[in-house]
Amino acid sequence: MEGVTEFDLAAVRRDFPLLSKQLHGRRIVYLDSGASALPPHQVVTAMATYQETTHANVHRGVYGTAEEATRLYELARKDVGRFLGSKSGQDEVVFTKNCTEAFNLLARSWGRANLRAGDAIVLSEMEHHANIVPWQQLQEMLGFEIRWIGITEERTLDLSNLDELLDGAKLLSITATSNVLGTVNPITSLAERAHAAGALIAIDAAQAVPHAPVDVTALDVDFLAFSPHKMYGPTGIGVLWARAELLNAMPPFLGGGGMIKDVRLDGFIPADGPQRFEAGTPPITEAVGLSAAVHYLESLGMEAVHEHERALTSYALSTLAAEFGSSISLQGPTDGPLRAGVLSITIDGIHAHDVAQILDTYGVCVRPGHHCAKPLMRRLGVNATARASFGIYNGTDDVDVLVEALHATIKMFG
Amino acid sequence: MADLEELYREIILDHYRNPRNRGELQPPAVRVEGFNPLCGDEIVLSLLVEDGTVADVKIAGSGCSISQSSGSLMSAAIKGKTVEQARGLIATFKQMLSLGDDDAIEEGAEPVPVNLRSLGELAALQGVVKFPVRIKCATLSWNTLAQGLDELPAS
Ligand SMILES: Cc1ncc(COP(=O)(O)O)c(C=O)c1O
Repeated sequence: MEGVTEFDLAAVRRDFPLLSKQLHGRRIVYLDSGASALPPHQVVTAMATYQETTHANVHRGVYGTAEEATRLYELARKDVGRFLGSKSGQDEVVFTKNCTEAFNLLARSWGRANLRAGDAIVLSEMEHHANIVPWQQLQEMLGFEIRWIGITEERTLDLSNLDELLDGAKLLSITATSNVLGTVNPITSLAERAHAAGALIAIDAAQAVPHAPVDVTALDVDFLAFSPHKMYGPTGIGVLWARAELLNAMPPFLGGGGMIKDVRLDGFIPADGPQRFEAGTPPITEAVGLSAAVHYLESLGMEAVHEHERALTSYALSTLAAEFGSSISLQGPTDGPLRAGVLSITIDGIHAHDVAQILDTYGVCVRPGHHCAKPLMRRLGVNATARASFGIYNGTDDVDVLVEALHATIKMFG
Repeated sequence: MADLEELYREIILDHYRNPRNRGELQPPAVRVEGFNPLCGDEIVLSLLVEDGTVADVKIAGSGCSISQSSGSLMSAAIKGKTVEQARGLIATFKQMLSLGDDDAIEEGAEPVPVNLRSLGELAALQGVVKFPVRIKCATLSWNTLAQGLDELPAS
């Protein structure tokens, strides 16, 4: 492939043991990284080594391995901070259970402290439920207004009335990349416009961080959430990044051990910094795995990763159009720099569930359904799509198998 | 591949492409909706029972070939049957998909052998057994029917 010469696909693939497994006697074609990306052996090994050589609970242990566990856990914050372009990861990176919990934290902590009846926040119609339901739950308690950015026929954000929507709003919380459409939203300009209107901006970077350089300083955002298991790290850990001055002013979310400075019979004093939001024993092994995932992606270079996936997405979009014309539809923008590697396929007369089932027999892993974005699906007028999503280990050969399997699907139901 | 052909038998594809008893009935017919939140399958069942017999049945909704063909096959199978026969068919159908009555299993009851013949065309759906995720698709209309029968006004 042109333009991706620095990216050694064969070498990358060797790092992912699962890719050498067979599925129904065929080479596994993993096209579900949008749901969860496979972990490279570097991540798996880092976690196993930690558990075999170091494991202990973090904070307050004075013996050597406990100190080492604490050091590794805190190092993960720094690694994530650096990866996101934050000046001080140790003050700005909170570990949660997943991206969803990061949004719940944001809503219950920042939202509860800052939103009142009469206030407004702005979301978009292309949000994952993770960035909708926590706000709706809070709305039930506090009674503020939720305003919605609509979607154009090109499957991009309809920004024609953005000034109106932002007028008087306290927060714009929006996805950086749609997990259904592959639309890459213009975060820099959205941040500028939110700030100009006096609102803060939170971004759902679950589908952005694994695929392109994301720099919170350059983007000038206030909050960012993502799930490490979508960026080749482990499940069980999530990240909320927040500007330090905002984080320091936020009240705790979950209560218990670890998040306090002092507890007395008549009350408690919360800890400072990210620890204030980390009640109970945190995901330590997972933080070690996350560090390894960060190092892995840094060694590939996020620019190279982005270029590789961009070229692959262009290849896929043009190949599918050439092979199938209008007999399959893709829910998403046309090719271009703001088009990520998410292909939401619909075929007239064949349900997504059936498409995915037949693809499976070709070793092709895609996901049918509403992808936790029901308001978006209603807007699109479909009840399910079969979604193929790319990761660093995918190549044009994967697209070719997808095409073969889609031909078979259409033949079977035709 | 053999499993796949078992799943997508010609009868199933036929009922998916040309669903029988499509539509909705007005009251006094009972109307019940069933959802499979996993994949968004939806079934709207209209059931008209007169003198203990399924006088008419209509199916609406949308979803995958398995859920929709199962609804279509079911509607054809229960039309004209008594409520008791319809309930029996639900039990037999679920047994075919290895979904015994949990209570019966707990009591250590011997499973009743499934008489596939008694299922007629419905037996075409037995290929679903090999695809555990799809069992919910196949049973959606039957669970909806069970609910509809429970909601019938006592006569
Ligand atoms: C855009 C987006 N936001 C949020 C999430 C939620 O991630 P998780 O389920 O790991 O909390 C996902 C993934 O499912 C996603 O694609």
